[in-house]
Amino acid sequence: MPWVTRGLREGIVTTPYPRHPDGYGRSFKGHVVCEEKATGTEVAAAAAACPTGAIEVGAGGARLDRGRCVLCGRCCEVAPGSFHFQPGFETAALARPALVVPGREPDDGEVARAREQLRRRVKALRRSVYLRHVDAGSDGSEEWELAALMGPIYDINRLGIFFTASPRHADVLLVTGVGTSGMLVPLRLTYDAMPSPKVVIAVGTDAVSGGLTGGTYASGKGVAAAVPVDVFVPGSPPSPFGILYGILLAVGLVGQAPRGGEARPAGAEAMEGKGVAP
Amino acid sequence: MRLDGRLDWHDPRGFVRAVVKRSNEGARFCGLFASPGAGGTRLLAVLSHAGQLLTEATLVPEGAGGFPALTPAVPAAAWYEREIRDLFGLEPYGHPRTDPLVLPLRPGSPAPRPGSAKPAAPAELDTSPLPAHVQGEGVFTLSYGPVRSGVFESVEYLIETPGERIPHLRARVFYKHRGMEARFAGLSLADGTLLAERYEGVASVAHAIAYCSALESAAGAQAPPAAELLRVLHAELERVANHLDSVLRHTEGAGQAVANARIAIHKERLQRLRADLSGSRFGRGVVVPGGVAGPPLQGGDAVLGALGRLEKGIRGDLDLLMATPSFVDRLRGAGVVPPELARERAAVGPVGRASAQGEDLRSDRPYAAYARLGRVDVQERGSGDALARQYVRADEIVDAFHLSRQALDELEALGPQPAGGWSVDLGPVTGEALGWAEAPQGELLYLVSAEDGRLVRVKPRSASFHNLALFMAAFPTDIFTDFVFIEASFGLSIAGVAG
Ligand code: SF4
Repeated sequence: MPWVTRGLREGIVTTPYPRHPDGYGRSFKGHVVCEEKATGTEVAAAAAACPTGAIEVGAGGARLDRGRCVLCGRCCEVAPGSFHFQPGFETAALARPALVVPGREPDDGEVARAREQLRRRVKALRRSVYLRHVDAGSDGSEEWELAALMGPIYDINRLGIFFTASPRHADVLLVTGVGTSGMLVPLRLTYDAMPSPKVVIAVGTDAVSGGLTGGTYASGKGVAAAVPVDVFVPGSPPSPFGILYGILLAVGLVGQAPRGGEARPAGAEAMEGKGVAP
Repeated sequence: MRLDGRLDWHDPRGFVRAVVKRSNEGARFCGLFASPGAGGTRLLAVLSHAGQLLTEATLVPEGAGGFPALTPAVPAAAWYEREIRDLFGLEPYGHPRTDPLVLPLRPGSPAPRPGSAKPAAPAELDTSPLPAHVQGEGVFTLSYGPVRSGVFESVEYLIETPGERIPHLRARVFYKHRGMEARFAGLSLADGTLLAERYEGVASVAHAIAYCSALESAAGAQAPPAAELLRVLHAELERVANHLDSVLRHTEGAGQAVANARIAIHKERLQRLRADLSGSRFGRGVVVPGGVAGPPLQGGDAVLGALGRLEKGIRGDLDLLMATPSFVDRLRGAGVVPPELARERAAVGPVGRASAQGEDLRSDRPYAAYARLGRVDVQERGSGDALARQYVRADEIVDAFHLSRQALDELEALGPQPAGGWSVDLGPVTGEALGWAEAPQGELLYLVSAEDGRLVRVKPRSASFHNLALFMAAFPTDIFTDFVFIEASFGLSIAGVAG
């Protein structure tokens, strides 16, 4: 039985995340930090160079919308004093305005409200969590990163999280892609077929805002036009860790990371109580 | 290859005769592309013969409702003419089947005509179910998709079962049509690269290379040697990743749990290595017009060591997998594409190479640094089944590692500040050209035209688009039990098909 011995050869490959940090996750270009009150010609040039128009220069300084950012790095090259990459993958947010940095007070209120509503809704999910994926016009890379979650390295089954074929058994809808005209109806039908309470995660910058590819005669500017999105996972594509963080955030197993910081695994104990095989 | 808006035929009938003649003389049909032009729509046919690209072009004058179809004489043109019908509203007269392919517009809605000066209004779609292709008693249609069970790109397969006869498969790919060609128009050359990387995201590097080499030939420039080597390195790692993805889907379908887990580990490690080299798990941002963005983020012995360990692990597992009878038996005889059919439909990539169609752009129309790097022979296969395609991929993985190592070695030899640098400035490019690359899925073409450094028309043609038409024909065996293997063995990306 050569396959059996081979299966043992690698030892433990599975990530300790979220109970413990995973060093690999820290090696990513996670997101772009925009300094407070960034102004000047360099900043204006960076905004003009951004391929997705993610940077807006206003009176109080520039603000960068991570929901539109495709991490191309141009702004960091043009205005290194104001924009720089920060490592990490805990970049998902519970409300769309929370992806805009530096943050603004009124947005913080909205984020808090969204978090509270979601928390009440997912209270019922203190059991295994079932995911259903719908591609609404991705470039195909997001599907690779989603599929990786089922592999031995991320192994989401250990957390009591499973993919399901049937929308009727699904708690969480993961949507990839810009929201093409052709997928609006199939996407909506899948959402409607899911029982309540349900949570929707927009996976990737395309799904969050249309990214670089949206806004044509056949594509939208994100999937929120078709289904109510609860969690926004930026990235082009987001890494498997980034998606995993979004899922954990959605079901309340981790707390929201402060903008640009690292999340605390608030629900680590809850996870242990979920009847997951060790 | 520079084109610069050339036109060979004023009469579309002369054009058809010329294309048919070339095809009969043994040229392989690579595609038919429409572009808005002065006084109408230009049609450009591209063929390949003995390592040369051949083109024929004609103009469909404004006001004409269509053009004489090539498909009756050149079956490989079938999907191209349907695509042109959808996107340009031109009828291919004499085409045997013209139902919508990438954009099912409501009657009366204007076609978007990508590349025209003004952006098209939002399209109104008619997504009602298709009438059964085969009419008659006992005909029923099973639909699978567009939302499929598992993590898949959206596509709908319709299996029509006409009574006792062999079921017939058709695909509806328009669900995820993003209108990408229209999105290119007006972008800067640099932004065009970012978009090309997202046309078929699992083959970002190949798309960026094909797009940038089109621009480089339009500008009459060439990427410096170090850039050509780094392009090869990233393109070959991308090839291994895609081939592993195909193996992964096979092992999943065959219930080979341990093999599946091990291949998944290899693939993840490879994606991490790609990110170590470029900052992106998909090699995005590496290729730029005129060269590459800069040196690899890591180099030397660390990368060579990682490559060596990966190759050893992958080869060991693939060798064992291909000697596991319960696996091999599932693939043998599944989804046979006989060599005659592959030739008629001008199959490309591993699918073609498993059906005795050996063309590989890396050796037949070499680009980047391929002409001077050694290759490991990929044994030609002729049985055309899923197993043959799997063997081709296994050989190509060995070849890809060999190429990657050479590219790394030569890069090291050039030192940290290579002569010629990492890129050349193309300036504000004006002109039209074809670029290409051998993507993991096969021949990838880019038709690019720019004016003063702004993109006017970009038409990518993925190998996935070209081969999916053939996928429909690969089902003389049992559609229901073999589907997953046939699909996995074609290894196509729907994003690359739908556009
Ligand atoms: S890194 Fe993001 S914000 Fe900066 S230029 Fe690129 S897309 Fe725009």
